[in-house]
Amino acid sequence: MTATVNNKRTAGFKSRWAAMPKQVRWAAIAALVVLLYILPNKWFYEYLGFPIGSDYFAFYTTRSDFAGVLFDTAVFVLLAVGLNVVVGFAGLLDLGYFGFYALGAYTVALLTSPESRFGTNWPWLAAVPLAVMVAMVSGVILGGPTLRLRGDYLAIVTLGFAEMIRLYASRNEGIAQGQRGIPAIPHPPGTGTDGKPLFGVVDARPYYWLMLTLILIVLLLIRNLANSRVGRAWVAIREDEDAAEIMGVPTFKYKLWAFAIGAAVAGLTGAIFAGKQTFINSDQFVLESSILVLAAVILGGAGNIKGAIVGGAITWYLPEWLRGVGDLIGVNFDAAEYRILVFGVVVIIMMIFRPQGMVPNRRRAAEFADRRKEAVPQETVPNE
Amino acid sequence: MLLEINDLTLLYGRIQALHGISLTVNEGEVVALIGANGAGKTTTMRAISGLRPVAQGSIIFDGTDVTRMRADLRVVRGIGQAPEGRGVFPGMSVVENLEMGAYTRRDRGGIAEDMKMVMDLFPRLAERRKQAGGTLSGGEQQMLAVGRALMARPRLLLLDEPSMGLAPMLIQQIFEIITRINEQGTTILLVEQNAQQALSRAHRGYVLETGRIVKEGTGQDLLHDPAVKEAYLGVA
Repeated sequence: MTATVNNKRTAGFKSRWAAMPKQVRWAAIAALVVLLYILPNKWFYEYLGFPIGSDYFAFYTTRSDFAGVLFDTAVFVLLAVGLNVVVGFAGLLDLGYFGFYALGAYTVALLTSPESRFGTNWPWLAAVPLAVMVAMVSGVILGGPTLRLRGDYLAIVTLGFAEMIRLYASRNEGIAQGQRGIPAIPHPPGTGTDGKPLFGVVDARPYYWLMLTLILIVLLLIRNLANSRVGRAWVAIREDEDAAEIMGVPTFKYKLWAFAIGAAVAGLTGAIFAGKQTFINSDQFVLESSILVLAAVILGGAGNIKGAIVGGAITWYLPEWLRGVGDLIGVNFDAAEYRILVFGVVVIIMMIFRPQGMVPNRRRAAEFADRRKEAVPQETVPNE
Repeated sequence: MLLEINDLTLLYGRIQALHGISLTVNEGEVVALIGANGAGKTTTMRAISGLRPVAQGSIIFDGTDVTRMRADLRVVRGIGQAPEGRGVFPGMSVVENLEMGAYTRRDRGGIAEDMKMVMDLFPRLAERRKQAGGTLSGGEQQMLAVGRALMARPRLLLLDEPSMGLAPMLIQQIFEIITRINEQGTTILLVEQNAQQALSRAHRGYVLETGRIVKEGTGQDLLHDPAVKEAYLGVA
């Protein structure tokens, strides 16, 4: 019942949105983007007359540094957007997505840090493209043999891959430097108007802005891809791989593409993350995070870019915000601690009542409806 | 000869599904492949379209050996298929499904023409243009699957059980359309359990039993063959 009601509501919003003139829609999107850029600024809240200090409200969190929370959220959103290409568009269940994120982060760390055994001391900016390449190439290498597998098998192999990366990083003392990790990773370059470095330790805002900009660029690229022949091939593969093949879609090639693009986005995210954190070790790349990104994609609505954004943002931001609310009303409850538990329950509930996600993709919703129909025993038509 | 299959063997794991079958399809023909459940009809189709790897034997299409060719490249060569169980894309609309059928083509004009041709052939699809494939009725899905296969402008059209699960009136209709498609110049290889209809429409036919071809002949010959009658037509 709720599902149908919600569908109608979103459909109403969608058709009203589509009916608006193009200029209005672009203006609305531009306004939203500007708002997102303003979000971490203190003066914005002062200007609006919101109290800042010990009292928090609305979407502010008690985390001493709101920009830091926003940055983490943005990291998560970009990861979700990348995973959405693999899981949502092409329908490949990839549980090892975080492995590529780790590869991106470690590539930057090893190439740039003076503490690295490589001793290359590259500037941060030079290492980023290489990190993306490394992630992408490992995506192709892992995908080559495994994408011939379907469904559950692929999930298991990718899961193993992510754990391999993490375990290697935690046990290998030579290159990855084990639990001690790699410190002293340089920040992104740039000097502010005051002569100080743009990207420092204290202020997380520049990192958030950088991340936000990258999200916007990646979104544009992926959106174009989704609307192209490649995107149509992905949808066909997701809906019926055999049928796609006999329509003349080179299924293996396009699955590999989806996998590699997802890996590249994860690698990019990892590279930025390393640049902000300045220190990484294997503890930052645990399996739970991999699952959490997947939960975010499913929660938001796999196959829909907007869904991935909403899912990613909620999954990371909401617990942080709840922590703030808890502090405000004097309850010492850390929602972030229960993140995995709560999202486990939420995902199960979603799968029962609204499997297509919060912001569903029209096609995806029809696919689920179709699958449900198959599950119900149908009346058999007698042969004669 | 448009299609020539020589001594084809196919395995599902250790189970042998096809025991060296040979058959030919000439340009312009309708050829029917009949047999009971599990005889290997669908397996043969999947081998021809490339969805299933072949153990031994060869598949020659239009003079080219396609035995080991990737399925998507066979489509480019001119082998189109409407798969068993319809296999329409459930989340795509009727039009989007048909557009997927023309995935290998880039001639926009020709695609638009064929789209119109399919809509004329199946007026029901024209009515349901924007409806998602998964929400169509069984008969409509069947029409969509056939129409979608036509969108590739195949030289050889493989139809796997086009009458499966359809009401008698719809069966009649779909076979009439199959004849019409053939008259417009497309060669057809048809797999059917409905032997009566298939054989009366086909130029030639093959009878498949547990992975072997046990009989072949013209459609009319097979229709009047006592053994075929007893086994597949339900008359003693």
